[in-house]
Parts: sequence; structure tokens; C-alpha cells
Amino acid sequence: MFYREAGDFKTSYTDDSQTFPIKFDRYRYYVVLAVAFGIVPFIINDYWANALLLPFLIYAIAAIGLNILVGYCGQVSLGTGGFMAVGAYACYKLMTAFPDVSMFIHVLLAGGVTAIVGVLFGLPSLRIKGFYLAVATLAAQFFLVWLFNRVPWFYNYSASGQINAPERDVFGIIITGPNAPAWATYLFCLIFLALCAVLARNLTRGTTGRTWMAIRDMDIAAEIIGVNPLKAKLTAFAVSSFFIGIAGALFFAVYLGAVEVGEVFGIQKSFLVLFMIIIGGLGSIFGSFAGAAFLVLLPVVLKVVGADMLGWPTDIVAHLQLVIVGALIIMFLILEPHGLAQLWRVAKEKLRLWPFPH
Amino acid sequence: MLDSAEGYVTEDGRKIGGVVMEMKNITLRFGGVVAIKDISFDIREGEIRAIIGPNGAGKSSMLNVISGFYVPQEGEVWFHGSKRPPMRPYEVAQQGIARTFQNIALFEGMSVLDNVMTGRLGYMKTNIFQQALWKGKAEAEEVENREAVEKIIDFLEIQHIRKTPVSRLPYGLKKRVELARALAAEPRLLLLDEPMAGMNVEEKEDMSRFILDVNDEFGTTIALIEHDMGVVMDLSDRVVVMDYGRKIGDGTPHEVRNNQEVIDAYLGVSHD
Repeated sequence: MFYREAGDFKTSYTDDSQTFPIKFDRYRYYVVLAVAFGIVPFIINDYWANALLLPFLIYAIAAIGLNILVGYCGQVSLGTGGFMAVGAYACYKLMTAFPDVSMFIHVLLAGGVTAIVGVLFGLPSLRIKGFYLAVATLAAQFFLVWLFNRVPWFYNYSASGQINAPERDVFGIIITGPNAPAWATYLFCLIFLALCAVLARNLTRGTTGRTWMAIRDMDIAAEIIGVNPLKAKLTAFAVSSFFIGIAGALFFAVYLGAVEVGEVFGIQKSFLVLFMIIIGGLGSIFGSFAGAAFLVLLPVVLKVVGADMLGWPTDIVAHLQLVIVGALIIMFLILEPHGLAQLWRVAKEKLRLWPFPH
Repeated sequence: MLDSAEGYVTEDGRKIGGVVMEMKNITLRFGGVVAIKDISFDIREGEIRAIIGPNGAGKSSMLNVISGFYVPQEGEVWFHGSKRPPMRPYEVAQQGIARTFQNIALFEGMSVLDNVMTGRLGYMKTNIFQQALWKGKAEAEEVENREAVEKIIDFLEIQHIRKTPVSRLPYGLKKRVELARALAAEPRLLLLDEPMAGMNVEEKEDMSRFILDVNDEFGTTIALIEHDMGVVMDLSDRVVVMDYGRKIGDGTPHEVRNNQEVIDAYLGVSHD
């Protein structure tokens, strides 16, 4: 009824392999893009930007990155926080060393630096799998946080040991620092999210994505039919870390402005992003968006409903959030390992026939 | 004995060419267990070569040696006239040897189309940056290879399940998809490990027809392992018989069938 692919015929393989093969989906995608770029910047205010939109955009980038590694290539990683820290510190060093260079370049370079670090920590994946690899990436997490705490060069010898984002602009519009307008920070992050999502989609629908999924589904057979496991795993680590590095750089420079590495990029961050892709859906770009939106929205909704409307004590609401997230993780792992994305897919299948299911 | 350059003509009149692959004195050990003991045989251009033998004879190990998964302790593998140095399995695949597996080894999380497209990895030349941009070279390459894959899909009659996730398919179709994935590589040598295991008569007939058609239309050289003797005798041009890691027979189905050692291996010998 709402969702029709009837009459939508493809006459070329190009049409058939596009991102949104169904016309309805394609138009909806254009509408979302138009609203996000054309309408939201005009109605945005500081509260909306800081409480919802910026964290959603940035976590979505991180979730896409982690999903490439875990969901598409099957290499479990608990080092997301550490890699985000690499992006943040790389961005900080670049911002302070080259104040005149555009922030776009800094953020991209920060992603590049993180990609290199990611490949280094991805090397053990050639020999170890699953649980053991997760522990190896956990070591990366703790090592990187320790490194940024202990080596003063990384925080430019500041007395507090923190890093603070200086004021920087893009084409004359201030992006970082306390004076940055909400719409500018929002648009800046949105541009990166849109770019990352398109790149991730292009990679996952083509040859590279197929080699990643082949390694994920059956690595021995993949190698026998011609997949180079070294190349597949390391490209997954590189691309994943690139996105996570960009997310880390944005999180520090645009969203928070000041970062104490142990607090912001600790192990909790790794788990938070991992929960996002588990709830959202492993192996799905849409799932990364859904998971990020869900986990960013949940505390806000709970606060509005629980504390403001029902008048519960705030500490109970805060703990309730942990209980709900924990329960959801268990439920999704048992009932629907492919997360919200799969629920969405099932809903679409049903809607195709609704209201005449037979 | 056959000369290595000269071919021969089969009973049904097909012309078989020179040697594609030659195994010379292969010995493969796992610790103290000798899986393959000093075996030599060749596979010729355009022929269907069967490897048979009772359970545990070392047939699958032999196929794994050919596809580079096992490296034999002794002996040489010659492919298209040159000795093959030790290489990783994916390098062997890039040389033009494709295979299917005894227990289906498809990528369960991917669609049939993606599985078959994975078979064409050797033809994908764009780098990761071109693929990230998609428009241009990567897209052109995708379309070009998609056309080749669609031909295989047509050939094996699996058009209707093109977009279906492999995990939803029944056993017989999975076997066919696996054959499609191997064929998509347009291999110079196709290895089939028990292509008919676990099938009913109808599915076996279908599969036999596909194997013959592949050999006939694409001229693909095929080496296969199979337990169903009727199928082996009907399909293959020459047969290698193994038992306990040794070669006990080699020749046309007719020769092998009348070989006393082969009969003993299959039926057993009385020890009185």
C-alpha cells in the first residue's frame, strides 16, 4: 500500500545496482537530504544542536566506521574510543600547528592518521580471530589513552593535560570554539556524515565490500576462491579507522571543544558505539544511523518523560537508562541479531502486501 | 602412455588437448599419517577427469593440494608447462583454478548475485579509491562483470533467486550457486569436490547435465571427485583411482572398471 516496487522496472545493471533501487526509497532519501541541508540549519538552536543533532551526526559517523569493521568484515573491535582519541589528538596537533589551514583538511587528515594507526593495530587480525582479536583491540584502547595522557607533546604541554580546541573557521565562518554558531557546526558535521555514508555505501556494494563480507562469512573459502585476506582485513581496518578518526576529530573540535582523554575516549565510548551497531544492525549502513539515533535519543527522551513529566528523581532516570540499554542489547542479540535495520526490512516486506497479506 | 604434448580423442569423439596440470610424485603427510603417497597423474585440456576411491583414500587431500590449500612435502605441481612455486591459495585462484567444496562453502550472509560476483574477483582491477567514488571506472567494471555473471546465472538457470540471500536456499540450489561462483571465474581448471553428494536422482541428473554443458560450451577442463559410480563412469573421460593414499588405477572408465586392484579395493578381498 505505502510501499510499492511494482512497475519500477530496471533496464540496465547500473540502475539495478544503485543505492536505492526503488523509486519510493530514492525520493524519500532526497527529501531527507533536502530537509537536513535546507531546512534544519534555519530552525536549529543551541539546545537542539548540542543535545541531539551534533552527537547523532558524529556518532553516526563512528558507527558507520565500526560497522564496516565488525558488521561487514567480521573483525570484532573494542578499540573505538582509542581510535576516536587518535583522530581528536591528530586534529588538535594539526589545528595548533597550522592555524591557517581549513578545518575540512584538518579533519580529513586526522582521519588519515587514524587510518594508519588502525592498520597497525589491525595487523594481529591476520593471526587471531574473534574473542582474541577483541582483546587485542582492547589493548589498543588502553594503550592509546595511556599514551595521550602520559606524553605531554600530544597536549602541547598544557598544565591541565587537557586539549582545548582553538577558534578556527571555514570560509570565514567560525566552526570551533565557544563562538561557533549552532547552524555552522551542524552543517559542518552533516557534510562529513553525508560524505562518509556515501563512501561507505559505495565501498560496501562493490568489490571491496564483497571481499569483506566473504572474509566475514567464511574466511578459508574466501581465500581459496581468490580473496587476499591480508588486503581485505587491513583495508577494513583502514577504512573503519578513517571514519572513526573523523568522528573523533569532530567530537573534540566541534562538539566538546575541550577533552580529557580518559573521560571522553575511555572504554565506555568503545562500548557505546558497539551497542549502537548491535542495536542498529550489524552489516547495514542504515543500521548505523538507526543505532546512533536510538542511543542519542534514549537518554533525552527518558529525561523528558521521566524527570520532567512524571517527576521521578534524576538519578533513578539515569540508572533506568542503563537498565534499558542493557536489556535491549540482550534482547537484540537473542531475538534479532541484525537489529533495527532488520526490523525495518521486515516491516517493509509486510507493507508491500498490506492490507491484503495473501 | 600418452605423450604430454599430443592429445587423444574420446569415445564420444571430443578432441582432448595437451597437459594442463601435472602432479609429479606427490606425497602429503600429516604428522605420521601419510595421506597421499607418491602419486603422479596429469589432467589434459578439455577433459573431465575423475578422482575416485573409497572413504579416506585421500581424494579431497589431492584436490586441496591442487588448489594450494595443502602444500605437499614431496613432489611437484606443474601447471600449464611450468612448475608451481609454493603459493597462497588466493594466488592459485588467480592463476585460474576455481573449485567447489564438499560441504558447501558459500557466503551465507550475501545474496546469490554477490556470491557469484565474488567469483570474478580476479577481473576486478579498480583500486579502493576508485570504488569509493563509484562513478566512472568502478561502476563500469561492476556493470561489465555483472554481464559476465548474468550469463553464468542464465546458464545454470538460477535467475529467479538472483537477489535471494544464500542462507534461505535449499541444498540443491546452494550446490548450483557454488558451481556458478566457481564458473564466474572463467577458470582454466575447475575442481569439483563431490558435486552430487546428498542429492536425489533428479538433482544428480541436473547437475550432470550442467557439468557436461560447462565442459562442452566453455571447453573448461574439469577434475571431479564423486562417489556415485554411475555418474563417474558416464561423465568422465579418464579416472584416477586412489586407495589408502596410493594410486591403484588410472585410465578410461572402461579400463578402470576391469582393473583387478580397483575391484578389490571396492569390493574387498577374501583372505582365506
